[in-house]
Amino acid sequence: MTSPLRPTSTRLAAADATASAADAWPLEHVALHGPDTHTHNQPVIRLVNIHKRFGSLVVLDGLNLTIRRQESVVVLGPSGTGKSVLLKHIVGLLRPDQGEVWFHDERVDNRKERELEPIRKRIGFLFQMGALFDSMNVGDNIAFPLREQGVKDEKAIQHAVADKLAMVGLEGMQTKMPGELSGGQKKRVALARAIALDPEIMLYDEPTTGLDPIRADVINELILKLNEQLKVTSVVVTHDMNSAFKVADRLVMLMDGKVVAEGTAEQFRNSTDPNVQRFVQGRASEEDLRALKRLK
Amino acid sequence: MIQPLHIVEKIGSRGLYWLDSFGDYVRFLGRICFWVLRGPGRFARSQLVVQMFEIGTLSIPVVVITGAFIGAVLAIEAYTQFEAIGLASRLGSVINISVVKQIGPVLTAVMLAGRVGGALTAELGTMRVTEQLDALRTMASDPIRTLAVPRFMACIIMMPVLTICSDWTGAIGGWATSVHLLHVNAADYWIYATTSLDLYTVNTGLIKSVFFGAVIASVACYKGFNCGSGAQGVGKACTEAFVLSFVAILIMNFFIALLLNSIYLILWPGVGSIFG
Repeated sequence: MTSPLRPTSTRLAAADATASAADAWPLEHVALHGPDTHTHNQPVIRLVNIHKRFGSLVVLDGLNLTIRRQESVVVLGPSGTGKSVLLKHIVGLLRPDQGEVWFHDERVDNRKERELEPIRKRIGFLFQMGALFDSMNVGDNIAFPLREQGVKDEKAIQHAVADKLAMVGLEGMQTKMPGELSGGQKKRVALARAIALDPEIMLYDEPTTGLDPIRADVINELILKLNEQLKVTSVVVTHDMNSAFKVADRLVMLMDGKVVAEGTAEQFRNSTDPNVQRFVQGRASEEDLRALKRLK
Repeated sequence: MIQPLHIVEKIGSRGLYWLDSFGDYVRFLGRICFWVLRGPGRFARSQLVVQMFEIGTLSIPVVVITGAFIGAVLAIEAYTQFEAIGLASRLGSVINISVVKQIGPVLTAVMLAGRVGGALTAELGTMRVTEQLDALRTMASDPIRTLAVPRFMACIIMMPVLTICSDWTGAIGGWATSVHLLHVNAADYWIYATTSLDLYTVNTGLIKSVFFGAVIASVACYKGFNCGSGAQGVGKACTEAFVLSFVAILIMNFFIALLLNSIYLILWPGVGSIFG
């Protein structure tokens, strides 16, 4: 039933990278979301031939990626391959040196900071460490995006805050300060803040990093719950294979600044690609092992 | 062996880097001014009072103490010289003019650059390192409007207030030392002190303080927003913010003094000597 894992390097070399990336994804997979395949096939984010370097360090080197409506895409890859950089390009925190970022039918990478604001309101971003505002309590952190967008009815704000906290299972925590929360609670509060404006796209930067397996699974369940309840499109950057297999409709593997493999969880498990297998099984490469032996 | 061409190249690249950074800072300052004029928004307005307390009220003790002792030291140093030429009674003039026009505003600014500038850079730098600034941007909120503008406005508002505190305690410190320690005639002291001080002189110090407040806040916020990663990056940004603010205060003081003195001489030619 499952097709073999598709290495993408050849495909990405095609002249029309956008079109080829869109064509490459099997329709039956997208249909898993529900019967409305037409709507679900619509690309919401397209990264076309993205190049990004910091000084002499090349981070993204001709990356192409298309994300469709209500899809849950997990981006995998070794540290330093540009996974977080990829997420930051989607929301405009970083601009590509070359290439294009598209949000629906609009090109956004060349927009000014203020012109990006309407798009950012439609995207929620969960940062790796939560990025909660230290000086505000939990309630004010979650209310912040609402107040910033001009919601003046304080009753409605408090209602929305309570609602979002209930969604992440932290009812009644409004008056706690971020410093009083555990790592998992911080992530859940950050998640509640990220969904305060009911985004259509959620970006998760290593949502389970630093958490014990039980709390990590709580976050995974929350991601699934939000996908289900809010019908959001999710992009999850993670190293955690359990999390990846649990939340992904599609997995994408980055290496050397490019997408080197993509497929379903099943396809990744059965892949014969040594890079993918090493990553899935969490095995060090022969080269790394040889280097360690030399150290002895 | 160091090649002369290599040195020229190094100087050139350093110069370009500084020019680039200065341009970036001017753009940053421009965006702050844009938001100040346009209206900073609800959150920034609510932060303004908090920042005025943090920046202004909490700085009063340190400014008061330093002001008083600077006035006192001025009295001690000037007394010997003025006594030698028989003009000890004019001590009040020189102390008050020095304190109100120069030492008060500059010293207050330097104290604020150390106490507040460093704290602002550290706070904003930590927010940058912990991705809180990025989080603001993802929520369609401009961090300059939300964070830099209330701090900038608080500095501009509170600097003149702190300068007045410093001037006042400097004058008291100078009087107490001159009259009670050095036994200068109290009536002479106050007569010369009050006749030599006019509104323009007081305003000179206050005008300067507004510019000093602007430079302290903008440099501190700029350095915080652009600090390097980790604790080392934040520490380095704090040091750079203080050094840059300090240098900028002294340079600005020179040019503003030059400008305001020229205006004074145009408005009131021949007036201005304490021995007149």
